[in-house]
Amino acid sequence: MLGFSPDEWTAIFLSLRVATVATLVALPFAILAAYALARWRFPGKILLDGALHLPLVMPPVVTGYLLLLTFGKQGPAGKLLNDLFGFSFSFRWTGAALACGVMGFPLMLRAIRLSFDMIDRRLEAAAGTLGASPGWRFLLVTLPLALPGIVVGAILCFAKALGEFGATITFVSNIPGETQTIPSAIYSYIQVPGGDAQALRLTCVSIVIAMAALIVSEILNRRIHRKIAVFE
Amino acid sequence: MTSMLPSITFRARQRRGDFVLDVAFEGGPGLTALFGPSGAGKTAILNIIAGTQRPDAGLVVVCGRILTDTDAGIYLPPHKRRVGLVFQDAQLFPHLTVEQNIKFGRWFTRADNTAPPLDLVTSVLGIGHLLKRRPATLSGGEKQRVALARALLSAPRILLMDEPLSGLDDARRIEIMGLIERVRDEFKIPIIYVTHTRDEVRRLATRVVRLNAGRVEAIGKAGDLLVS
Repeated sequence: MLGFSPDEWTAIFLSLRVATVATLVALPFAILAAYALARWRFPGKILLDGALHLPLVMPPVVTGYLLLLTFGKQGPAGKLLNDLFGFSFSFRWTGAALACGVMGFPLMLRAIRLSFDMIDRRLEAAAGTLGASPGWRFLLVTLPLALPGIVVGAILCFAKALGEFGATITFVSNIPGETQTIPSAIYSYIQVPGGDAQALRLTCVSIVIAMAALIVSEILNRRIHRKIAVFE
Repeated sequence: MTSMLPSITFRARQRRGDFVLDVAFEGGPGLTALFGPSGAGKTAILNIIAGTQRPDAGLVVVCGRILTDTDAGIYLPPHKRRVGLVFQDAQLFPHLTVEQNIKFGRWFTRADNTAPPLDLVTSVLGIGHLLKRRPATLSGGEKQRVALARALLSAPRILLMDEPLSGLDDARRIEIMGLIERVRDEFKIPIIYVTHTRDEVRRLATRVVRLNAGRVEAIGKAGDLLVS
């Protein structure tokens, strides 16, 4: 189909699945963390802020290795999950999604936090005097007004997850059909003689998907802005 | 119920950096104006009544209901106070239509049906034709009328207005002052009104609390205080 081999299709679909799951699972955590960093005062806030942004500045291999040490078969969290739920990240696509989610998280966090920072706090105060409890204020005022940032953050995370290579290959290796995403597949094709055409095809796919994600993000963002007209 | 009790008993002491607020007053029915120059502490008083600021020490009782009493450790969160706050710049929810904005507070206080009917409020304030619009498309005067409707429909026990006319031109100011008079007389909700403008006090106030540098200078009728 479309000149792609079954192996290439597998890599493409796996990449899309990994990136989608990584983004959707990371999203609620990113919203919570962004809100905490934007609004709450607590001891160790700078440390938390730094720790959450570490994957952005550390070598991806280091992040992957730390994930391996923590969530690998012998790692404390990995062991616990395996004992309690029989669930394992090791050498599975779920591990790739974890690695991609961790790598994309800071990008998502930054975009969402920025949009929380931009909301006029007096709108929340107004909602409060009208009888809305903090929970309702968040759902009816803060979250809808932060929506442009949340959409942009999610798409950035998705795009990052699609391209993630270092942390994924270190944590869950490069197993066709299980953990071989598009970047790992490209890497594999480059390693073998005569694999250039395949590598180039997947490179094109990467570009198309990333570009499509950015365009969708821009369209959604414009639409939301038109609806909300927050920054009149 | 409220005719015997003061609509509000307010006492607060608060230090923020160099500024010390130390104020006590009572408000009756009608409109009580908090009048004074900027930096007199007028907005801080509104924030303390609304519960968005906690005084270091103080007592706020509205229509017999204790909202803040630092001695007794009572502090009701803003959403349980039932005070309608009208901001200087309206602060309408930009993502909601005018209709959704004015129904916002009514939904949270729906168990209590003391709120005036929606039709009455929209006709008194003349905003019936704006209901489907978004706040971004409204003029300054229209925004203030919608903000007033939104506060009224949340069934407030007291209405707090923070210089609601300051961003408007003269024609709009006169128009909105007329509406505030009608709200004061027709809906019978006590109003605390912050301003630094004499003609607003002269026209609207039943009673004036004159403030300066965080203290009460005088309390009395508008005519008496504005002369001195």
